[in-house]
Amino acid sequence: MNYHWNWGIFWQISPDGAHTYFQLLLLGTWWTLTTAFFAWIIALTLGSLVGVARTTPNRWLLRFGNAYVELFRNIPLLVQMFLWYFVLPEVVPRDIGVWLKQLPDASFYTAVVALGLYTSARVAEQVRAGINSLARGQRAAGLALGLTLPQTYRYVLLPMAYRIMLPPLTSEFINVIKNSSVALTIGLMELTARAREMQEFTFQVFEAFTAATIIYIIINIVVTEGMRRLERAVAIPGYLAARTKPSWRQRWKARQRWRLRRV
Amino acid sequence: MFSNFDFDVIIRSLPYLFIDGMTFTVTLTAMAAGLGLIWGTLLALMRLSGFPPLVIFATGYVNLMRSVPLVLMIFWFYFLVPYIGQWITGSAAPIRVGAFMSSLITFALFEAAFFSEIMRAGIQSIARGQMAAAQALGMNYRTTMSYIILPQAFRNMVPVLLTQTIILFQDTSLVYVLSITDFLGAASKIAQRDGRLVEMYLFAAAVYFIISLAASTAVRRLNRRIAIIR
Repeated sequence: MNYHWNWGIFWQISPDGAHTYFQLLLLGTWWTLTTAFFAWIIALTLGSLVGVARTTPNRWLLRFGNAYVELFRNIPLLVQMFLWYFVLPEVVPRDIGVWLKQLPDASFYTAVVALGLYTSARVAEQVRAGINSLARGQRAAGLALGLTLPQTYRYVLLPMAYRIMLPPLTSEFINVIKNSSVALTIGLMELTARAREMQEFTFQVFEAFTAATIIYIIINIVVTEGMRRLERAVAIPGYLAARTKPSWRQRWKARQRWRLRRV
Repeated sequence: MFSNFDFDVIIRSLPYLFIDGMTFTVTLTAMAAGLGLIWGTLLALMRLSGFPPLVIFATGYVNLMRSVPLVLMIFWFYFLVPYIGQWITGSAAPIRVGAFMSSLITFALFEAAFFSEIMRAGIQSIARGQMAAAQALGMNYRTTMSYIILPQAFRNMVPVLLTQTIILFQDTSLVYVLSITDFLGAASKIAQRDGRLVEMYLFAAAVYFIISLAASTAVRRLNRRIAIIR
């Protein structure tokens, strides 16, 4: 390979004159995480509401929930971002459209809304599956005790369902972080966009992408480990789902104990 | 709101959108799904082989692909494939790879990670006795896998594999970042040329929506039919 490697590139000052390329990547990481965080709040709130709506006995709520999920799930995220960014300011009344276009950080707000709504449909699927996985008697028992339907959800169904749903929600959270990279198409300078920018300025393609890849892997590991701890902390006693796979450290310790016993 | 909505621009660009754009999208989806399924099945077999180097390789591969965004992977392979081609063919300079080839390789390798997880679940869903029975009949590993285990695993997982292919169909729109003329790319080019962003993006969204909804409804129906057979 006649590629010219230069790992020192990260410490060079970028054309903006103030930051090194490494600092730019960290700045990108910050935007990736911020976007993902706010989008996740929207996704969790709306997703829970829609997911609950799809398990209620009310036929209209059910229909609305199904339509919502199908709408946001069957259009590619990139197209949804374009709709929010390019189409929305044109179809609303003129004054609002002008205000939207002149908003500072418009791409950030657009990315948060688009990503949040897109993910909320997927969260709604998980919430519905979580509630439906509970034994049917739980709902009946709650109602039989004289709780209203909202109370049954609040005190009986949801506290159970959320804890069962944690593993799929973890992967949805990681998906939000990854999917925020799609926002580079509407000009958000998140991690992938920064790596791409660095590649354009320096032609050090593989260094830039390697760094971005490593940062994504680190984020992934931190989130997975954090959620595993949360899962263990809130586990429902007696449920198989609570028993997570032992970590390599636990496995290694178990192996040591086994070896000692043999001696 | 839609007073100056120009339907004519959509009708005028239909041939370009579908003959150039949609053909690219559908071909890419189909070929990437096929190649991804083959490579993904091999990865699943490696992961279940119990032979440490293969297990570590397959697990690492799948975890790497699953923790990195697809957009970054598209960029990676766009720049990496010419160098790999040079390394394989031994030519003097990085070889030129077309846009289609580059995105096909990206999507096949990326989707393989997801297909491998599906196939692994499929293989593990087959009763252990099937393996034992095949071996008792004197079949070796290859024949057992290709005649007994894999056909059943594949059939059980058809709905999930198809759902993943619908996701792949939507994900191919991301080749936009390489300025490739897939369906969305074609719509975007017309939109920018004629200044008709509203019409073209709404139309693109509608087309994606109808195709994905029709496909996922069909998969759901298929799923119900298979469930009765089983």
